[in-house]
Amino acid sequence: MIHIKRLQEEGADIIALIGEIDASSSIELDLSIAKSVGEGFKKILVDCSALDYISSAGLGVFMSYIEEFKDRNIRMVLFGMSDKVANTFNILGLNELLQIGKDKVQAKQLINEV
Amino acid sequence: MKYKYKYKVGCSIENLKGVRDFIRASLKNHDIPDLQVSEIVLALDEMCSNLMIHAHHCKNEDLFELIIHVENNHPLVFEIIDDGTVFDINEFNTPAIDNIIHEKRKGGLGIRLVKSIMDKVEYQKTSEHNICRLVKTIRNK
Repeated sequence: MIHIKRLQEEGADIIALIGEIDASSSIELDLSIAKSVGEGFKKILVDCSALDYISSAGLGVFMSYIEEFKDRNIRMVLFGMSDKVANTFNILGLNELLQIGKDKVQAKQLINEV
Repeated sequence: MKYKYKYKVGCSIENLKGVRDFIRASLKNHDIPDLQVSEIVLALDEMCSNLMIHAHHCKNEDLFELIIHVENNHPLVFEIIDDGTVFDINEFNTPAIDNIIHEKRKGGLGIRLVKSIMDKVEYQKTSEHNICRLVKTIRNK
């Protein structure tokens, strides 16, 4: 079960993930990122501080946006991951492909870097 | 001491949460480091969701069984038993990360995960069932 909240700060869309993302709930993550893109946001911050678990289905959603975001000049930074969630990204080396900040402050710095 | 934990559940992907809770509860009192428990949960979630989706088309009336064997000073053994079509991950080439990005594939990552986490994945077909057996040695803390 995943609960997703969105709020906007300083022109960035913040998507907060609360709970667990697996094969049954990854569609909700996909929909909320698509919605943010559809609304024209160029900066998307993903708050993972209340994300308890993510399976490969959820990782696949983030991966599927990498090229589109590059083409459309959209920046996405994830932040606030627990050690367990961070480890899931690290096993596959996704920490090298996605921008990941320690906390919201660092994530905002990363997203505003030219 | 040998321990055996069993969980039988329908193939709706809504049941994955229950599968994960069962694995965590079964491994809880065996002194396995948290990070390794979370990796095992991740790999088994992947194997079970593959089975539910590809072999059973998410039909909740189709049941499968997950058995966890824990024995002191031995690798952990996990068995996933069903009677659907065998989906053998060893027959799939692990896709390169670049291809996954380029083709916007949402699948393929899971197979990489399972192969990175588990020491061995093997399949056995009996006259009645398919058994997928995964083996994992726990690293010292």
